Amino acid sequence: MTNLELQKMANEVRKGIIESTNSAKCGHPGGSLSAADIFTYLYFEELNVDPKNPDKEDRDRFVLSKGHTAPGLYAALAHRGFFPVEDLLTLRKLGSYLQGHPSMGVPGVDMATGSLGQGISAAVGMALGAKYKKLPSRVYTLLGDGECEEGQVWEASMFAGHRNLDNLCVIVDYNGLQIDGKLEDVCSAEPFADKFRAFRFHVIEIDGHDFDDIRRAFKEARETKGQPTAIIAKTVKGKGVSFMENNASWHGKATNPEEFKIAMEELRKAGEALCQM
Amino acid sequence: MSDVVKIATRESYGNTLKELGAEYPNLVVLDADLAGATKTATFGKAYPERFFDCGIAEGNMIGVAAGLATMGFIPFASSFAMFATGRAFEQIRNSVGYPKLNVKIAASHAGITVGEDGASHQCNEDIALMRTIPGMVVLNPSDDIEAKAAVRAAIEHKGPVYIRLGRSAVPVINDRPDYKFELGKGILLKEGTDVTIVATGVVVDSAIKAAKMLEEDGISAEVINIHTIKPLDKELIAKSAKKTGKVVTVEEHSIIGGLGSAVTEALAECCPTVVKRLGMQDVYGESGPAAELLVKYKLDGKGVYEDIKAFLK
Repeated sequence: MTNLELQKMANEVRKGIIESTNSAKCGHPGGSLSAADIFTYLYFEELNVDPKNPDKEDRDRFVLSKGHTAPGLYAALAHRGFFPVEDLLTLRKLGSYLQGHPSMGVPGVDMATGSLGQGISAAVGMALGAKYKKLPSRVYTLLGDGECEEGQVWEASMFAGHRNLDNLCVIVDYNGLQIDGKLEDVCSAEPFADKFRAFRFHVIEIDGHDFDDIRRAFKEARETKGQPTAIIAKTVKGKGVSFMENNASWHGKATNPEEFKIAMEELRKAGEALCQM
Repeated sequence: MSDVVKIATRESYGNTLKELGAEYPNLVVLDADLAGATKTATFGKAYPERFFDCGIAEGNMIGVAAGLATMGFIPFASSFAMFATGRAFEQIRNSVGYPKLNVKIAASHAGITVGEDGASHQCNEDIALMRTIPGMVVLNPSDDIEAKAAVRAAIEHKGPVYIRLGRSAVPVINDRPDYKFELGKGILLKEGTDVTIVATGVVVDSAIKAAKMLEEDGISAEVINIHTIKPLDKELIAKSAKKTGKVVTVEEHSIIGGLGSAVTEALAECCPTVVKRLGMQDVYGESGPAAELLVKYKLDGKGVYEDIKAFLK
């Protein structure tokens, strides 16, 4: 996909995030929007996955360690063809397979997540298993920057670095905000890059909304041998919806009817603008 | 009694893992720097490429096991019961139990028979913790023969299993031709009419000894060995409780949440029966030789006998 095509798709993913959380009247739009470009790149460019055969053994794996941003993952999976886009509106509703946090049984979901710090360990196990089986599979896991306050993130990183798991790519969605406010005010895990380097990772720092940057980083990760890669992606929480941007209060709440209209109108206009490029 | 064979169930575990390694090419074993103590090293020496020491990081170990399970492996993850089920409880709940992954958690050094290491390492809460996780099978073998059978049953069962293992050498009590381990089925060791003793794990031996002492006093005790605490063989326990009208549970675990609770809950729903729960009476253990600790906390044959006598008065 060209960058323009990716931008258009990311805009559709953002609409899916707003529509699904609005339908659920709850959920986590802020961190879903900040990672929307990463979700889009992963599912439309990077990951070797097949919606028609979601369980094929040699596929790449993706674990959403920051599981609360399931709306972003679900929107990307739906648009990639893993399940109908209209199902996004069942998010968090009783009986829906689209649980508040990713669970087994969602086509394309490789691991149930939601309790922060745990997804990365499962991803490390997958990478270890893929190595043992000599599969070409790569394993990707997306972490929140706040999530890096969990000790398990560093237990898993230590293990991955120690075992030279170069088929593992950790992405940190560095939007700078967590539920209680700015990372720097709550309990900052900075410096992220130095920490991952200390755990024997190859580290790449990028603008998480720039598809040139994202493309370059994933290519570099694939070419990195003998050590895992951490991509620190600087992002804007709530990216794409003006009143949500850089606002921690949009971590875990949905739009009211008026806000929903404004948000969708903004995304519609953004989509139109992309079509005229 | 010098001819009584004694072996720790952790030894049985390590030996069985090694055997299973040949039969199951997808069996992998993880440990958290306690391979020598949990006996996973026995497997590790035979199959180094399938043995992963995760270092002193139990939460990550469980997550790595979960990830390996999604790739088609059958991981056995081991540490001491305290750290495997206590430290990593939430990882087991959310990364193994909830996604229904085929991970086996086999934890050694359970209960007070850890001995000299003392209370920080004597886990009397593991059964309670593991039993609350939906879909988790909880096994607590009583000797070498049962531990071997339990490990085999665990690998044959698809889904999460917890196996409780001990540090100290315990007598082999199931060495008989008709011994059969069936997951979820209790074993009627001795028929009786006055009281039912339901025991689990390494103190089944104490229950058998207590029953013999009761017999000498003219009290006929029925003895049931519950190696599978979940799913519990409610039928066998209820049948016996209806016959004797009095039930005693014996476990090397807190009386809160373990076998005593499981049996009491089951009986309360089907046939309310007076139940005396023997075990750790909501207290921590302490340092000392395992055998002396069993005596102090009245979990040896004599202690169990005395408490049952007092209960029957």
